[in-house]
Amino acid sequence: MIASRVRFAGLAAFLLVGATACGAAPTTAAPSAGASDGGSAAGVDARTATSAADFGGLDKLVEAAKKEGKLHVIALPPDWANYGKIIEAFKAKYGIEIESETPDAASADEINAVKTRKGQDRAPDVLDLGQSFAISGAAEGLFAPYKVETWDKIPENQKEASGLWFNDYGGYVSIGCDAKKIAKCPETYADLLKPEYKGKVALNGNPTKSGSAFAGVYAAALANGGSFDDIQPGLDFFKKLKEAGNFNPVETTPATIEKGETQISLDWDYNNAAYAPKMAEKGLDWKTVIPSDGKYFQLYAQAINKDAPHPAAARLWQEFLYSPEGQNLYLGGFARPVLLPAMKADGTVDAAAEANLPPVEGEPTFPTEAQVNKAKEVLAGGWGAAVSG
Amino acid sequence: MTVPAVTAAAPRGGRPRSKNWLGALPLLVVTAVAFGIPALTLLAGAFTVKDPATKVSSFGTANLARSLQGPYLNALLSSVQLSAVVAVAAAVAGTFLAQAVITSRFTALREAVLTFSGVLSNFGGVPLAFIWIATLGNSGVITTALGLGPGVLYNFWGLALVYMYFSVPLMVLVVTPALDGLRPQWREAAQNNGATTWQFWRYVGIPVLTPALLGGLVLLFGGAFAAYATAYAMVGSTVPLVTLQIAEALTGDVLIGYENVALALSLDMIVIALLVMAVYLPLQKRSSRWLR
Repeated sequence: MIASRVRFAGLAAFLLVGATACGAAPTTAAPSAGASDGGSAAGVDARTATSAADFGGLDKLVEAAKKEGKLHVIALPPDWANYGKIIEAFKAKYGIEIESETPDAASADEINAVKTRKGQDRAPDVLDLGQSFAISGAAEGLFAPYKVETWDKIPENQKEASGLWFNDYGGYVSIGCDAKKIAKCPETYADLLKPEYKGKVALNGNPTKSGSAFAGVYAAALANGGSFDDIQPGLDFFKKLKEAGNFNPVETTPATIEKGETQISLDWDYNNAAYAPKMAEKGLDWKTVIPSDGKYFQLYAQAINKDAPHPAAARLWQEFLYSPEGQNLYLGGFARPVLLPAMKADGTVDAAAEANLPPVEGEPTFPTEAQVNKAKEVLAGGWGAAVSG
Repeated sequence: MTVPAVTAAAPRGGRPRSKNWLGALPLLVVTAVAFGIPALTLLAGAFTVKDPATKVSSFGTANLARSLQGPYLNALLSSVQLSAVVAVAAAVAGTFLAQAVITSRFTALREAVLTFSGVLSNFGGVPLAFIWIATLGNSGVITTALGLGPGVLYNFWGLALVYMYFSVPLMVLVVTPALDGLRPQWREAAQNNGATTWQFWRYVGIPVLTPALLGGLVLLFGGAFAAYATAYAMVGSTVPLVTLQIAEALTGDVLIGYENVALALSLDMIVIALLVMAVYLPLQKRSSRWLR
């Protein structure tokens, strides 16, 4: 039985390597030659520039970025908030090459990449992070402060005062539903418990891992007598959903929707809304509603890696994202850009794209960081118990 | 590169015993690098406790304690339970299947089963999960045809069933050589001495096969214990599994600062794997001499 022993040892080794891969990632240290003097031709150090003015204006920033010629991004799925088109538009406008790595990575992976690839050419330049990762990353000193030209229009509670991070786009938790297969689509959390939705209600991921699924539980809490301070009713709701046989553990992807395995899915409204045109081609009628009893809005945040190998390109990318053009591109992907209210006021908004957004009433409110952290603790401890069995 | 030089220099008619281990040097080096470094990193991380508020790291057992409580303990127990159920069921099924195939008169059947087993034992992950979802999922082909309700597949037993898909073929591969090793003469000798079929198996067959069966069990347990992608795609968190918990703690958009708990969980997994091996090795030693 030597063979099986060796195989088992191999298996155990594989397991070990897998478990610690993040810590022991191969480090082909190759500090970029251009990194240290990036932008110095323009007389400024791009690494410490905190605004376009530091370069001597946007034109000079463009010049410095073009000299670097490259931008390394991570965790930007092409079908998420229109990032596919945003990347294309940036490339076309400035002729800067974008290396998009691991589009499906999570926020934790982004932070890991920043830490483990410090000083390397393949470190990510810019990050698109879940709110709490932006806050914790800033506290760990991983980001460079930068204020885009439209900085003043970003609401106070949506940015870190010195520019270490600033929110970019967001959305509401919504219920997506295949109206071809479901006679009457659910419109509230209360609806989801109805017997007719047996085995059909899915989440986009596991709430202890996926930000959108976490938001789904938070919204369920708000719909069931909970508050930003108390996510427990959300867990109780999913326990009830599980007991009713309505909870579907398969995590939603476009493939599971197309297959009909996840006919009802809780997800960000920009994901659900963006599925609709694609699903229409496959003969599905994918409808998106924002549940009236549990409205939860959240934004993601942008940050620049303090040790970005392409510091000027990283800053230009931010300027692009927060220009009306970039913000309207988010809007084109059904995401609600942070400057939407300001753009509506000054008339730069793409009205057609805005009209496509799933309608919602009332103004969004936001939990504090402490409230979110507490909710996560409760969720990490209770989610398994709520839906297992 | 030292290895060929040493063997060439060795005198004919028996290499000096003291240098024999040099042949294993590349393996030892690879093991030290691929197994040792991650193990040390894992140990260091598992015992490092980081205060979330002050970000100060210290040495302690808080992560381990946490990994053995509440949902984490649940996940560990559930993983062990699932692996044990799969290992035992697949070992029994695989052994009977292998015995049936090698005693059949059709060599083509034997070849076909072994080839299929070789392919299927390596078949796992997300594709396997999706095959089952398409077959037995809520809107799966069979579910719809038979009018079964939703949720047939998405529970403990559904997952066990799916794991059988790669575990049974693996058992067939492991146990076939051992079954081949049961010499017909032993059976004839037993019969000549008046033994019944049951007595033959009870006193000869099963004792001789024990190491192979146990080895198979350990291997199947390990395979099910370490499986991740299939469960992730199929049952999410409705069947708590330690591999899924590790992934949640290591990567994600939600939990921050659980990395070392994940390492502690990995350590728990290694301890469990070692315990299983510890049961297997002495038993294997006792009866392996028959299969030389």
